[in-house]
Amino acid sequence: MAAIDQSKIRNFCIIAHIDHGKSTLADRIIEKTGLLTSREMQAQVLDNMDLERERGITIKAQTVRIVYQAENGEEYIFNLIDTPGHVDFNYEVSRSLAACDGAILVVDAAQGIEAQTLANVYLALDHDLDVLPVINKIDLPSADPKRVIEEIEDVIGLEAQDAPQISAKTGLNIEDVLEQIVEKIPAPAGSPDNPLQALVFDSLYDSYKGVIVFCRVKEGRVKAGTTVRMMATGATADVVEVGYFGAGQFIPCEELSAGMVGYITASLKNVRDTQVGDTVTDNNKPCSKPLPGYKKVNSMVFCGMYPADGAKYPDLRDALEKLQLNDAALQFEPETSIALGFGFRCGFLGLLHLEIIQERLEREYSLDLVTTAPGVIYKVHKTNGEVIELTNPSNLPDPAEIEYMEEPMVSAEIMVTSEYIGAIMDLCQERRGIYVSMEYMEETRALLKYELPLNEIIYDFFDALKSRSRGYASFDYEMKGYARSELVKLDILINKEEVDALSFIVHSGTAYERGRKMCEKLKNEIPRHLFEIPIQAAIGSKIIARETVKAMRKDVLAKCYGGDISRKRKLLEKQKEGKKRMRQIGNVEIPQKAFMSVLKLDDN
Amino acid sequence: MEHTTDFLEKDSRKKLELYLHIPFCVKKCSYCDFLSMPADETVRRHYIHMLLKEIQENGTYCKEYQVSTIFFGGGTPSLLPGAQIAELMEALQENFTLDADPEITLECNPGTLDRQKLSCYKNSGINRLSLGLQSANDRELQLLGRIHSFEEFLENFAAARSMGFRNINVDLISALPGQTIKSWSDTLKKVLDLQPEHISAYSLMIEEGTPFYETYREDEMRRERGERPRYLPEEETEREMYVQTRIILEQEGFRRYEISNFARPGRECRHNIGYWRGTPYLGFGLGSSSYIEGMRYTNPCRLEEYLKGSCRNLSRIRKKRWDITSQERHMHETPESSEDSIWVLSKQEQMEEFMFLGLRMTEGISRKEFWNRFQAELSQIYGDVLQKLQSQGLLAQKEEHIFLTEAGIAVSNYVLSEFLLS
Repeated sequence: MAAIDQSKIRNFCIIAHIDHGKSTLADRIIEKTGLLTSREMQAQVLDNMDLERERGITIKAQTVRIVYQAENGEEYIFNLIDTPGHVDFNYEVSRSLAACDGAILVVDAAQGIEAQTLANVYLALDHDLDVLPVINKIDLPSADPKRVIEEIEDVIGLEAQDAPQISAKTGLNIEDVLEQIVEKIPAPAGSPDNPLQALVFDSLYDSYKGVIVFCRVKEGRVKAGTTVRMMATGATADVVEVGYFGAGQFIPCEELSAGMVGYITASLKNVRDTQVGDTVTDNNKPCSKPLPGYKKVNSMVFCGMYPADGAKYPDLRDALEKLQLNDAALQFEPETSIALGFGFRCGFLGLLHLEIIQERLEREYSLDLVTTAPGVIYKVHKTNGEVIELTNPSNLPDPAEIEYMEEPMVSAEIMVTSEYIGAIMDLCQERRGIYVSMEYMEETRALLKYELPLNEIIYDFFDALKSRSRGYASFDYEMKGYARSELVKLDILINKEEVDALSFIVHSGTAYERGRKMCEKLKNEIPRHLFEIPIQAAIGSKIIARETVKAMRKDVLAKCYGGDISRKRKLLEKQKEGKKRMRQIGNVEIPQKAFMSVLKLDDN
Repeated sequence: MEHTTDFLEKDSRKKLELYLHIPFCVKKCSYCDFLSMPADETVRRHYIHMLLKEIQENGTYCKEYQVSTIFFGGGTPSLLPGAQIAELMEALQENFTLDADPEITLECNPGTLDRQKLSCYKNSGINRLSLGLQSANDRELQLLGRIHSFEEFLENFAAARSMGFRNINVDLISALPGQTIKSWSDTLKKVLDLQPEHISAYSLMIEEGTPFYETYREDEMRRERGERPRYLPEEETEREMYVQTRIILEQEGFRRYEISNFARPGRECRHNIGYWRGTPYLGFGLGSSSYIEGMRYTNPCRLEEYLKGSCRNLSRIRKKRWDITSQERHMHETPESSEDSIWVLSKQEQMEEFMFLGLRMTEGISRKEFWNRFQAELSQIYGDVLQKLQSQGLLAQKEEHIFLTEAGIAVSNYVLSEFLLS
């Protein structure tokens, strides 16, 4: 391919609050530029995992290169980088943004600005991106583009009078968006003659090509044969192939030079060598310093994952290893539980990430899993000066050895209409939130800022937020270090035996309440046995709550229906089948789902 | 064609039981989920015609069997006029070889009997009646949606006695909504005053597809969770009713021989014992099940289909079994899943049935019998289960018999399910 005129390249992403139409607009742009005919379009081209389409969210960053014939007669190359749409993947979002020169901000014409809109805009502005607002869904009866334009101008301070008013769904005014990309998003800077400096914004493992590194070349050039070095991980490799992104396929090319977005394949074995945010340089002619902003991705949320059938342990390990090839943020290490046998302690970016991995294990690898309550990393300061990072509650040292503990905090921004402010403040209060500030964005909407412990939001905070605001509140957060906290380990005893897989760390102030609710939940989950089963919650040796599963006194099939023996057999089979899905702990059989019931404690 | 007579039937060779289903009722009761419906005269006649055809077709292929019991069940067999029962009995006698002393039972609904009918039944060979009383309390009868009063039952019972019926069973149901231990024992005592030979005392089951299911399902679930039900008796009360039944009936010379069945010595229902002991039987009529030569199969459950003549007959079943066994030994399909299917029991399934059916009998199962049928030691197959259940006090052993204890009977669903092998 002939050298590409750097001034004709536009690298951009689309940012939006969830459901404001980001992926639909991406589809429309791809379709309008003729990369795919509309017949070939499957809705939401860029979300290519089944799970992404089903949930309507983007999990992995996706990128596509398209050629656009502008009204001025020139041909432009667009690199559209679709970013993940969830707060769990904030870091990925920030790296994707760093690979762009501009961003299209999609705002729903009916809903206006939401918490994620703001968070994403600020993130884009932090990366010095030019932000191009677009008002979407103007075909909705409730659309009020005028109000939304004012909002964008007042709240964000972006010029929005000539923002394209579009319907990504129907394709209305998409041309305006394309023209404004050419006009308003700057061409990439940088020179092909400088030493190579390329930003890794994603990577994936392909069984044929090995690790495929997605990158944005900021300076210099790279082609097959170049020996590259990953500046943070130190890995070096010879480039096998470079290329760019067609729709759902990789198209090899001669070289990638400054300003271009594309991929590199090299003799790299592991995605762990190609951390998102790392800088690729030429090993023989390295750049002076790496690009800013790299950080190692750390898991925030941990839980135990166990195969329901103990014999499937090796299968679970294989499946996790395969998923990890494509997901550098997934961590796991073997652990054993007295209650659940052999399994893994797994680390995730957040609860959504956890759910996605769990679902993929169950769906793509047909594994039946028992998942323990998710928790965060606590810092345990021992009296001997040692500091432990605790991911599994069972490993908490003896209280006598603990000087104090710390838990991770987040700063949360919640946008809510004024009528629900009270309800949301109550919720934050209940979740041990520390009020920071409240600003009115406009007369009827406010932005609440709170500091919250991470462990209070990983369970069901988002659901509670939605239900208490009738869906009107939106939410975004970022990590904000550790804070000292009064934490205790809550143990659950079933028939006087401690069940390690049900233990969790909780703030001492809410321990009683949590303990009581746990016992109640478990009482409803555990079937009656031939004997009475006490269910107790305890802190150390002190019992703080108790429920009892009464003994089963009568379970008789009074009448057998004459000759219809198969009916009798079915009933007995059902009874026996139910027991197969149980875990035996001491004399008690506990259904697998009981281990997950601890997740849903908010009944509001 | 020579058919392998299963080891299962070695002991009971040539013994055969017959069941005839009469699916008609004046009105469907609120708790009943049996195959039954009201029907007019024409349909009934057509149905009898089909039954006769089934009897004829099957009789030809059962020459090696001798019929020990016949049971007319329903629905309400006593809805049929005497002449129709006589016609069926004649056909049975013509087409099958009957024992010298067969047990021939007819289920009757109080309120449908009169002397003339009873005399017809008697003359045609019926020698045992089973009267569905359910309760001696008229308020409870009304709640159940029964068509009769206790008074009508008394009249019918007296008529049956006066016509010479010396073997009568009375069906009763305990644990009715709102029922107390007192009202239940009243029912028992009133029935005992009549000195029947046999009493079946069931606990009410809330079956799907019945009006009771709509009304009481939630309440039942509450009870299953161990909570206090609103209308149904509490679990403890239900259990106490069961205990009382045994105490009261044993005082009057009855013996419990099966979880829900009580009889004076020698008056146990031979037909039902056959079900628990694995005796082969053929079922004629709508939705009837058969078990013969190691196969289970069921007639169509839809009346139109049955009337079209799509009932099963042994000759075709044998042919089909031969087809199946020559391809693949074991076809595990339950009759409900496909009306056309037959289910050839594997040895394992036969062992399971031997256990979970046999243990319903108070005398339980015998190790020797197990060996005779399966050429395997019971302890080799079920050693662990037996040990566990005995240590839980749910099973007991006496000489070579193993049987449910009182505690085991109370939770027999759990105990019996343990004998499923896969």
